[in-house]
Amino acid sequence: MGTTRREFLVLAGGLAGGLALAVTAEDACATPETMQEAIRKLVGNATIRPGRVRLDLPPLIDNGNAVPMTVTVESPMTATDHVKAIHVVTEKNPLPNVVSLYLGPRAGRARVSTRVRLADTQTVTAIAELSDGTFWSDSVPVVVVLSACLEEGLI
Amino acid sequence: MARAVLSLPAKARHGEVIEIKTLIAHAMETGFRRTQLGEPIPRDIITRFVCTYNGDEIFRAELHPAIAANPLLAFTTVATESGTLEFKWSGDRGFSLTESATIAVE
Repeated sequence: MGTTRREFLVLAGGLAGGLALAVTAEDACATPETMQEAIRKLVGNATIRPGRVRLDLPPLIDNGNAVPMTVTVESPMTATDHVKAIHVVTEKNPLPNVVSLYLGPRAGRARVSTRVRLADTQTVTAIAELSDGTFWSDSVPVVVVLSACLEEGLI
Repeated sequence: MARAVLSLPAKARHGEVIEIKTLIAHAMETGFRRTQLGEPIPRDIITRFVCTYNGDEIFRAELHPAIAANPLLAFTTVATESGTLEFKWSGDRGFSLTESATIAVE
């Protein structure tokens, strides 16, 4: 006798579950510690203060594959006082770094939008480096329903 | 092949802050996915984007696999003089694409 439909479904379910587990186990994930390491690599030993940066992300994300993100920094953007760089990092994506943006006084406004992938419910942090050597940050907690990475494990 | 879309005003007043939106068709393969046979799919992403205004760099971005497929970047610049803005994307496997746009500043 061939396999019954029920047996097939049970087997298929088990296989899919096993594969999903394998994918989860194999994917090295960033942790809050690796995020801190990544931040240190980007900014050195400088003190990072909260404020002046605004990170806009939807609080509840249905699909982590393309999440609209806008970073705005309060700055007059003059030759003497401007934003030099903005770094975005995450806690639980496979890699902590998301994007590094380099601007200058010619930007006029310190506001950049893009679309990112988010693997898990986590906190996303944006750090701005100003021309006076100070660093400012903003952290936003997000809830991700459909992860960007695990769903893609099987294609 | 890759295709890019640019959105910026054709005319601007001197000193005006203009918004530039760029979108490029690219899969941004993360390098973390696997095929059904379990083989890892190699990373293939755009790693760098540079925008120059009459030859001077005004904006640069370093992208990582956490940027969504078909990367969108929207940023601003001050319209200083008439001329050409050049946009260059480069990345893995020797990927490179350059587009340009002209702007008239009054």
